[in-house]
Amino acid sequence: MGRLAVQPEFRESHAARFPEHPIAARVGTSFKHEHLTAILADSAYAGFFEVHAENYMGAGGPPHHALARIRSDYPLSLHGVCMSIGGPQPLDRAHLARFKGLIERYEPSLVSEHLAWSTHDTTYFNDLLPLPYTEASLARVADHIDEVQEAIGRSILLENPSTYLVFRESTMCETEFIRALVKRTGCGLLLDINNVFVSAANLGFSALEYLADYPIQYVGEIHLAGHVEQQDDEGSVLLIDSHDGPVADAVWKLFDVVLASTGPMPTLVEWDSAIPAWAVLKAEATAAQRILDRHATTPGSGNANAIS
Amino acid sequence: MPSVDRSVLSFGQTSTYATEFVSALLEPARSTPPLICAPNGKAATRRYNIYRNNVTVSLINALAATFPATLRITGEAFFRAMARAHVRANPPTSPLLFEYGRDFPAFIERYEYAQSMPWLVDVARIERAWLDSYHSDDVPPLPPQALASIRSDELGGIVLVPHPATRIVFSRYPAVSVFVANRSHDPVGRIEATGAEAALVTRPVLDVAVHILPPGGFAFLDCLIKGETLGTAVAVAMGECPEFDLSVSIAGMLQAGAFTAIERGGMRE
Repeated sequence: MGRLAVQPEFRESHAARFPEHPIAARVGTSFKHEHLTAILADSAYAGFFEVHAENYMGAGGPPHHALARIRSDYPLSLHGVCMSIGGPQPLDRAHLARFKGLIERYEPSLVSEHLAWSTHDTTYFNDLLPLPYTEASLARVADHIDEVQEAIGRSILLENPSTYLVFRESTMCETEFIRALVKRTGCGLLLDINNVFVSAANLGFSALEYLADYPIQYVGEIHLAGHVEQQDDEGSVLLIDSHDGPVADAVWKLFDVVLASTGPMPTLVEWDSAIPAWAVLKAEATAAQRILDRHATTPGSGNANAIS
Repeated sequence: MPSVDRSVLSFGQTSTYATEFVSALLEPARSTPPLICAPNGKAATRRYNIYRNNVTVSLINALAATFPATLRITGEAFFRAMARAHVRANPPTSPLLFEYGRDFPAFIERYEYAQSMPWLVDVARIERAWLDSYHSDDVPPLPPQALASIRSDELGGIVLVPHPATRIVFSRYPAVSVFVANRSHDPVGRIEATGAEAALVTRPVLDVAVHILPPGGFAFLDCLIKGETLGTAVAVAMGECPEFDLSVSIAGMLQAGAFTAIERGGMRE
């Protein structure tokens, strides 16, 4: 990362309170350190930033300095990646304590995690791994969400996964599983529209039918991202949730459809590898903001029957 | 919160999917676990391979990000093959990727194809130390004039508390020069240094800095980091290195921000 002219304040700064910034109806982008200088020079940007919680779990240094700068000027969304909520084994209490510490330190507007797992026994696999949808896994995941929400003292938004395969033992579909989790835990939802599109293509279902069955009234944030195309064993198209390019046309279209139901909603453009210049990422956010703004002024937006 | 009994019970009932799913993730020779399939029960090998690929490639990329000079020295293909072998043998045990790779220098030291580059392990150690320094706690370093007010007859009894960002690495090779040349974006010219070099890594404020310690400086600082008094550290350094110059060493270390406090009689000042 670039040199920063501002000296960090030492321990005292941990207790400082950040200003409140409204996040409703705003578009955000993933925060990447290489963009910090460009962001600080860009007074016209009115979006929010989302960070992966784990990148800020070190004791100090430039990551915290950069995040404190961002947080003082913009709304922040804290996105956990490694809680392993979807795994069968007990949550890592030390990790949960670190997560809680970050929430206390940075007071994010939004807090989210994934319906997935990444640690088994003591090995961390650094990927969002899938789970079967059964009564047993439902009970387990609900307990994990309860535990997280109790620890941090607020509800989380749970993100739907991108899926490439199915478990033979599954007894319910993903929307049914997610609906039951919302009911049991009171959590909100992070609707990743790219993940819905990717999973629908990979598993051969209709994205619109998924959305019609999804408990859309509990959505508190939307994710948009790019994906790439590969092939499976049979030569069928397999979409990979790669976060390394612009949002696909079909995903923009689904975004429009979702907003007709939800009304304006904090929306993140995710871009995590092959990271472009700030101007490119910002342009993608501006495109999303235009669609959002249209729904803010359209009569009848917020109609829960718009997806049917 | 789930009760302890229920937690144990449901762990026993549902652990199979995770155990089975991970069984072949890091082992390419093993077949796709039977608990998964493509839609309509079709084969899911390529689909499972997406996860295999994500896991291995993302962890290789994590090592490449932590050890960029090591990568530049060995070249991309060599580094990725070495990193892949390390990832499969020693996957991470923490979800914090900046903690990953602590065993990587030791792996490099044993790695058959790296034996012709004995300095490579030391460069990797400096890179690992650099990242620890980068993420360490933010505390003010001791100012350069901190020792000026201490009476000379009391100096020998003080303990200098290392700054949380301070790391030292000893090399029998010019590893610091090699590190510096390969961490820049400039072309790497001929490295003139030939002798042993010891690195002092510090981060007094935001930028990590890597310094070459003067003769005897490593033994001296190693003692201080272990909590020995200044007097003991001087004696050890002089015993190991007759050219050890206390004033040069201590001034350089204070200037670099290597310490954060002074203790006298067990009390921090």
